[in-house]
Order: sequence, then structure tokens, then C-alpha cells
Amino acid sequence: MKRKTRTRFFLVSASVLAAVFLLGVLGLPPLGHYRGPYGDVVNALTVPERHVTDAVTLVNFDVRGFDTLGEEYILFTSVMAVALLLRRQRDEPRRRHRDHAPGRKGVEASDAVRVVSLVLSGILVTFGIYVVTHGQLTPGGGFQGGVILATAPLLMYVAGEFENFRRAVPRQLVHIAEALGACGYGLIGLATMAAGGAFLQNTLPFGTTGSIVSGGTIPLIDLSVGLEVSGGLAVLLIVYMEETLEHKEE
Amino acid sequence: MSYLPYVIAAWIFLVGLYGLITSRHLVHLIICLSVIQSSTYVLLVAIGYRTGAAAPVFADIPPGTPAVDSVVQAVMLTDVVVEVTVVALLLAFAVQTHKRHGTVDPDQLRALRG
Amino acid sequence: MLPLIQAMVLLFVAAGAAVVALTRDPVAQALVVSFYGLLLAILFFVFQAPDVSLSQIVIGAVALPLMILLALTKIKKQEHEKKD
Repeated sequence: MKRKTRTRFFLVSASVLAAVFLLGVLGLPPLGHYRGPYGDVVNALTVPERHVTDAVTLVNFDVRGFDTLGEEYILFTSVMAVALLLRRQRDEPRRRHRDHAPGRKGVEASDAVRVVSLVLSGILVTFGIYVVTHGQLTPGGGFQGGVILATAPLLMYVAGEFENFRRAVPRQLVHIAEALGACGYGLIGLATMAAGGAFLQNTLPFGTTGSIVSGGTIPLIDLSVGLEVSGGLAVLLIVYMEETLEHKEE
Repeated sequence: MSYLPYVIAAWIFLVGLYGLITSRHLVHLIICLSVIQSSTYVLLVAIGYRTGAAAPVFADIPPGTPAVDSVVQAVMLTDVVVEVTVVALLLAFAVQTHKRHGTVDPDQLRALRG
Repeated sequence: MLPLIQAMVLLFVAAGAAVVALTRDPVAQALVVSFYGLLLAILFFVFQAPDVSLSQIVIGAVALPLMILLALTKIKKQEHEKKD
């Protein structure tokens, strides 16, 4: 089918789709008149029953903890699939990194970039650990903190410190961290089953509201998810950058 | 006027779909797919909203004040994480396709050669 | 009645989506999608969803454009190698 025909056909069917959408959407309750009972029940129970102040983290890791287990494994499997897809094939020789514009110096990172990256790397690691551990008190949790932690070595790469980048994220350590985080979540579920409850039931003592040690199993699950997400994203970075890293020393 | 977020969600979906169909580069196609996914975020956040309510974090407000729905927000968090996962995998596919067939134009990737 | 700021942010998001879909060059589109992710994060913040807003900032404005640019670099490198 030619391009123009395809575009015209799409415009006709898109107008039909838009009409059906608008008809369906007008049946929803208008904005602001939220009706459903489930959210109100969960909001009323976060502090008195579980001693946790962030309702979204409670829903993610306690009330609907099994869904988050599946989502973490989706992330893990997808990182593994990307690493598998982009591996060096058997018939591809290991190519030397060629300089594509000989005679021109490569662009080095300026001093301002290097200083700012140096300062920001440390701040990012601290902030990432803070967000991971305070998931049940303030907005945050394992996923957000894990991604923040994974951008710290990226800043090192941007500043041009390739040796430090390779030393900060050695392949083996990152793979081990990711695997530990992924199986940690399942092991916590099995441990709660061994302690006499259901799979992933919150059986640890709930602690006092507002302190870090509150909410039972939620801080432990936060830590393991943070480890897994930061390890997974670091593996993704290394896999993509292995082929495109132009070494200054070679 | 109070149905504006739902209409905007439908608009974002259709605009992303248009970009997807008239695309000439596989990476552009994948980014339009992520725009289509973002229309679901707008729809979900509008469904859970309650006028005049606070965020569902009770660290500094007494428990019992009216808050917006927290279950819908947990679903949206899962949605955001899965989006980046899917995009990473699709980009790896695009890179492999370019290696095997030498082109990133979807119009020229006709026959599936073994 | 919708407060003014929420309606304005919604219209900005709609315009941003149109701009992302109509930018043809993928390198430019990576930057535009990063800005669109920031607009979405502001939308979530205005609609009282701070957890989702934090998640959207770190993923949609940092991790997503990063992966797009890395994939584009790899494709360009493969094109160079094919030419030799």
C-alpha cells in the first residue's frame, strides 16, 4: 500500500476511533468526584494498622506486593534479554577501535564539567541511598532510589573518567548485586511463609510510625528492590557502552 | 470542562498513533510508542483525583484527612517502570535489525528473510 | 471546575505530545522527549501524586533519553563499519 493511501486510510479510521473514545469517556465520573471505596479503605488503614505514612509504598510492597514481585522480574528479564541480544556473535571478530577523524583531537570534557560531576556523584549516591531507605515514610522507595543510584557512574562517564568508571562498576560485582536483589524479594516471601503466614504477608513487628524501622517487611523489600534496579540499570549501561567506548589510551 | 483530562488522553493517544504510522525511522517509531503509553498515565491520574484533597502521604498531615486514591498511583508507578523496560528491549531489537538488514526505515523492511 | 493551573499544564502536555510525534530526527527527538517527561512530572505533581512524579522524572527524563542516544550511537557506529 502506498504511503499516501495509508495515511488517508488512517485519518478516516482515527476519526471513527476518536468518536468512540469520546463517547466512552463521557460515561466516566467527572474529574474530582472520585467514587471508589478501595482507595479510601487503604488510606484509612495505613497509619493505624501498619504504622506506615506513605500509602503508595504500602500498596506497592505490602497490600499488592505480589504484583511488584512480577514487575521486578520483568525488569530483570528484560535487562538479561538486552544483554543477550547485544552480545558479540561468534562470527564477529573483535574490532579495534578506529579513529574516524584522524588528525583531529577528540573533544575532552572541560574543567567545569569534571568538577561538577565530581561533586554531584557523591551527592547522588547519598541521595539515592536516602530515597531507598525512606520509602515507607516519604515519597520514594526502591525503584526511584535504584535509578538515582545508577546515574552516579553515568556522571563519571560523562566527565571522561573512563578508568574510574570501569573501577566503580566492575561487571562481576554489578551482576552479583542484581541477582541478589532479584532473589532477595522471593526469599523474603518464602521466609514469611516459613514463619507461619501467607507468601509475602507482613509478619515482622510494625515498629513506631515515623522511624526508619517501621512497616514490617517493607524496608527489607525496599533494599532488595533498590539493589536490583540499580544493578540492572548499571548492567544496561555497561552493555551499551562496551561497544561505543572510545578509549583515549588506545 | 471537567472532562478535559480524558479528552487530552484520547488526543495524546491519537497523535502518538499518527506519528507511529507515518514514521521513517525505527527509533522514532519506538519513541512514539512511549508517547502512546503516556496517554494511559494521564487517564489514570485523572480517575484517582479528588477535588481539594491532599497527596496520600500522611507524614505531616493527620491521618483521616481526605486524600486522593493511592491504589491508582501504585498502578501508575508499575506502568512507568514497565515502559522503560519495554523501550530498552525494543531499542535492542532495532539495533539488531539494522545490523542484519542494513536499514532502519520500516518501509524498506518488507520481506522477513530467515 | 478545574483550577487554572491544572488546565494549563494539561494543555502544555497535549502540545508536547504533538511536538514529540512530529519531530522526525531521532537525536532531536531524544531531547524533546526528555522535556516532555519533565512536563508529565509537573502534571503528576499538580494532581497530587508525588511518588509517581519522582518516578517519572528519574525514568522519563533521565533513563529514557539516555538509552535512546546510546542506541543511536550504536547504529551510527554500525553504519561506519559497514562503509569500510
